[in-house]
Amino acid sequence: MKLTLKVWRQKNAQTKGRLETYVLDSVSKDSSFLEMLDILNEQLIADGEVPIAFDHDCREGICGACSLTINGIPHGPDRATTACQLHMRRFKDGETITIEPWRAKPFPVIKDLVTDRSAFDDIMQAGGFITARTGSAIDANEIAIPKDDSDYAMDAAACIGCGACVAACKNASAMLFTSAKVAHLNSLPQGKPEKDRRVLAMVGAMDEAGFGSCTNYGECSAVCPKEISLDMIAQMNRDYLTAKVKTFFSQKSA
Amino acid sequence: MKLDAKIPEGPLSEKWANHKFKIKLVNPSNRRKYKVIVVGSGLAGGAAAASLAEMGYNVSCFCYQDSPRRAHSIAAQGGINAAKNYQNDGDSVHRLFYDTVKGGDYRAREANVYRLAEVSTSIIDQCVAQGVPFAREYGGLLANRSFGGAQVSRTFYARGQTGQQLLLGAYSALSRQIGLGQVKMYNRHEMLDVVKVDGHAKGIIVRNLMTGTIERHAADCVILATGGYGNVFFLSTNAQGCNVTAAQRAYKRGALFANPCFTQIHPTCIPVHGDQQSKLTLMSESLRNDGRIWVPKDAETAKKIREGNLEPNSVPEEGRDYFLERKYPSFGNLAPRDISSRAAKEACDAGLGVAKTGLGVFLDFRDSIIREGKQTIKERYGNLFDMYQCISGDNPYETPMMIFPAVHYTMGGLWVDYNLETTVPGLFAAGEANFSDHGANRLGASALMQGLADGYFVLPYTVGNYLGEQGIAAAGKVTTDAPEFEAVEKDVRGRIDRLLSIKGTESPRSFHKRLGQIIWDECGMARSKEGLEKAIEQVKALREEFWQNVRVPGEADELNPELERAGRVADFMEFGELMCRDALMRDESCGGHFRVEHQTDEGEAVRDDENFAFVGAWQYVGESEAPTLHKEPLIFEAAKPSVRSYK
Repeated sequence: MKLTLKVWRQKNAQTKGRLETYVLDSVSKDSSFLEMLDILNEQLIADGEVPIAFDHDCREGICGACSLTINGIPHGPDRATTACQLHMRRFKDGETITIEPWRAKPFPVIKDLVTDRSAFDDIMQAGGFITARTGSAIDANEIAIPKDDSDYAMDAAACIGCGACVAACKNASAMLFTSAKVAHLNSLPQGKPEKDRRVLAMVGAMDEAGFGSCTNYGECSAVCPKEISLDMIAQMNRDYLTAKVKTFFSQKSA
Repeated sequence: MKLDAKIPEGPLSEKWANHKFKIKLVNPSNRRKYKVIVVGSGLAGGAAAASLAEMGYNVSCFCYQDSPRRAHSIAAQGGINAAKNYQNDGDSVHRLFYDTVKGGDYRAREANVYRLAEVSTSIIDQCVAQGVPFAREYGGLLANRSFGGAQVSRTFYARGQTGQQLLLGAYSALSRQIGLGQVKMYNRHEMLDVVKVDGHAKGIIVRNLMTGTIERHAADCVILATGGYGNVFFLSTNAQGCNVTAAQRAYKRGALFANPCFTQIHPTCIPVHGDQQSKLTLMSESLRNDGRIWVPKDAETAKKIREGNLEPNSVPEEGRDYFLERKYPSFGNLAPRDISSRAAKEACDAGLGVAKTGLGVFLDFRDSIIREGKQTIKERYGNLFDMYQCISGDNPYETPMMIFPAVHYTMGGLWVDYNLETTVPGLFAAGEANFSDHGANRLGASALMQGLADGYFVLPYTVGNYLGEQGIAAAGKVTTDAPEFEAVEKDVRGRIDRLLSIKGTESPRSFHKRLGQIIWDECGMARSKEGLEKAIEQVKALREEFWQNVRVPGEADELNPELERAGRVADFMEFGELMCRDALMRDESCGGHFRVEHQTDEGEAVRDDENFAFVGAWQYVGESEAPTLHKEPLIFEAAKPSVRSYK
């Protein structure tokens, strides 16, 4: 395949970036999208230019490192597919492809296509856990958990933390990411004791990091490589409201 | 140097309990005076960092990824073993221990494996408490599935994403400690060397990958949980960033490297498609519960399939050779990984391969879809089937999958004693980075178990023992002003400058690919004396060429992925030679190490217990000298070595 690539180049966070055009010959249609970028980088090195920096690691759709906006869509055109799992057979010979980083204020560009997504870690550190010290657990089968509840928790827990949801949202909202984690832990009996604290702390951290609010566009779920459902956001809103009301009354009675 | 594994006294089943009682403790109010460095944030590193922080130690944790949640443990698919015997099918700590020692072809240390089996049950409890959503039955209790090398069902799983869920569990515990200030997390930092003071590991030199700044970090001890070295083969199922650097640098600072030739070739991966490929994708071994592996009986049919002139489904039953079921009737498609991989290679060598390249066999779900229904198969393996279709373009519900073995895991690693301490005092190695539990072949669903066992349940005791032995007066004494830090930092800087100054014509990736080809050809699924001798010379020559002709673009003081890659490839170049030396020294076949000189008429591996029942631990003695071999004899009291039969 022959391709024309328009790639976002930006030396560092302080400098301005721009789209550069590159032409690439003889790309196999069986190559993955990132393998195509490898070929381009090899070509750039051979030409004495600086190769394109992009985040990637597992290349099997699970680590959540890859973060490319391809033709305006986070992770590109395929449903439920990360950029690393996207294959060149999806594109036409002679096609022009535009590749940009995640575009969201809370994810500043570090270099080229690499962004800083540490705001997600901050949200997790605020409350994305069940307090269970090593060694203090009861036998795993002491608590029976209905299969449906467990399956629902797993649907939520499938989130890979890539940030496509934020990149796709006009408001750069992190509601889908945050709600997936909240739904995972709040729907399990083990997560109940910290349910209220968790949702309040995580939503608080999310707001503090500068993510926008949710106005129900649904773009987040549409681009999510793990197809996390908008229901998670609805559940988080319910949990948040309940927790708020409870805190309000417990403060009054105190 | 005499290797002392420090195996505790007493019967196997009491060793760990006795040891825990005898070792030193650090009282809770003193723990805050100690600092511990953990390199790596996967299952072993993440679990250790979180657990040690919970106990009150000050922990600094480092990872090269942009978040600890992305460590490569996340990619493990199938499951985690534990001797819970929830299925009432005869499992026990002793059976898990026995299966693991046998599965490792009697090249693992009994005491460590027994402890692993012992703590396996607590791991499941711990993970459930953290909210890991393991698969469950309708009654609400935990489900299990079977895995290779075992005749009981002891594998716990979370769809095809078990590693992800376990890692998110450890990551959530770690995140809590980061939030509390008990762990200082350094993302996008790569460890480039170990610093020893008075012979003890007291710190590391790291490069901040975002800015290129070289930093010194001092501590009272250092834990390396830096994963395996499968990427020495260039193509493997490992993540792109997985590397041997931390282990190799520790080796050059005096830690012994054990059994480097013990690598695992996983039987069920998607075949190579061409020369632009950057990695291989694993299809979980759990698929072998329901998929049947076959090739056509005759080469003519295989050729027609390869050329696209025959539909696999139209090959009649009598024309198919279900070779694992035929050769190993009692384990069938669930024969261990090394054996299954070799059988697939033999079939392809005989011209029966079905992929375009000739290197591929079928994994067929036709019968199980008829038996169980498409819906059930979809529930069990849906995401794996989707992934296969995404990569290959074929629909495995309708046409059989094609698979071929690929490098997946490395059993070798830094030599550690029973405390997981290397030969450098105060330097610990955990998870895939050490060598201890899997011998010459790892059974499926055991890597997650070992990583978490080391991190949650072993290191919190043994690190305390080391610190306790050093005494409270030693806590925090070493700082980064020490001249030893100065010297090591100078080495690190010198190497980076050298890489950037060569300005040759060939990219680091190209060198990596050439190295991988040598290692795969001569130190892969079949190894021979001549081949290995040739490979050692080839690797040496390639290394020289690398240091004369590599082209590393960009600068040292910026985010520079090619510089990172070049450093890792340089270490693989050194390590690849060690691996071949070890394979040459081990003049027997065992587990994943198959020396063509040692096989039965049927092509089964022939072990030599009389001469090779030892751990081969290599000591670095200088740049231009051959490393020195030290042997730790392996003594089997409970699992007597026998011919490993799965027939």
